Amino acid sequence: MSAQVSPIDEVKSTPWSGGKSPFDVEYGKMMMWFFLLSDAFTFSSLLISYGALRFSSASWPAPDLVFQSVPLTSIEHGAPLVFVGLMTFILIMSSVTMVLAVEAGHRMAKKEVLWWMLATIIGGFTFLGCQALEWTHLHHEGFWWGSIPNVEELKHLFKGGKEATYGTYAQQFANLFFTITGFHGFHVFSGVVINIIITINVLVGTYAKRGSYLMVEKVGLYWHFVDLVWVFVFTFFYLV
Amino acid sequence: MSSESTGAHAEHGEHEGMTRKKIWVVFGVLLLITVIEFIFALYLVPKEYVPAHWANPVYIVLTLVKAFFIVAYFMHLKFEKVGLALAIIVPILFIIGLILVLTNESHYWVDLRPKL
Repeated sequence: MSAQVSPIDEVKSTPWSGGKSPFDVEYGKMMMWFFLLSDAFTFSSLLISYGALRFSSASWPAPDLVFQSVPLTSIEHGAPLVFVGLMTFILIMSSVTMVLAVEAGHRMAKKEVLWWMLATIIGGFTFLGCQALEWTHLHHEGFWWGSIPNVEELKHLFKGGKEATYGTYAQQFANLFFTITGFHGFHVFSGVVINIIITINVLVGTYAKRGSYLMVEKVGLYWHFVDLVWVFVFTFFYLV
Repeated sequence: MSSESTGAHAEHGEHEGMTRKKIWVVFGVLLLITVIEFIFALYLVPKEYVPAHWANPVYIVLTLVKAFFIVAYFMHLKFEKVGLALAIIVPILFIIGLILVLTNESHYWVDLRPKL
């Protein structure tokens, strides 16, 4: 700094002193973050409504009694949380392959990005398949929006509470379960579709030409968010 | 949001941070937390080593830890500018507000439910 420059003329270079984005992040990526924030509010509203209804209920279907079968096998009873554990593992795993695709993108390694993106898409489809099986299973038991199994069967799904209350609360459970996992599943489906579009772009070399795999990072944010929401859905529907 | 994220990023869009090794470490942490949750749900609570009302706070805390790891490392927020991290995290306080309001409200709903 030369002695002639008075302090007021010094060019400041701190993040908030102007002339550049203080967040130092590309516009689209910042907007993805703000979209995810708004989506977080949507999912919170759904999950908090679920919490409030359950909290004010005299009885509630016990998760380890409702979810104790493993579809596609002969296990109909006695394996609580096993199937949903598998689903959770698949989704976390596909989050890992996504972040590996982003990492490969930083190194401009087109082939690696492509393979990791494909792995992520396969993980997404597998999760959706599992969810379809889970829904089918519950539907066969008699649960759906506005419909529940008969009282005799409901007795096996509750731990304590008065029998006269079972119908009301089983119905609330069914509506909330299908709405919230359905909304999440719809997000997973959109994520898979977006991932496919991005993978095609990777394949035809759009990002190699552009010199940056930033788009992979942006859809990666969305995909991780979907995983993040599942972590909460899993806790509040299957564990608590 | 550590102070290291305030450090100058030389180039736009470039980040220090996630190597392949670190990614697998975070995966290991997430898997471990999920396994701990399962041990509680399938073993400790059914065998009554841990009372059921203790388990729920444990699940919620472990879930928040998982959320932190996903957001901080997979979503890279820990390595972004502090300003961006605050812009995303501070509004989450509204969600805490909604939780408090509806928890309180649901206490009141109990009295509105038909007594059976």
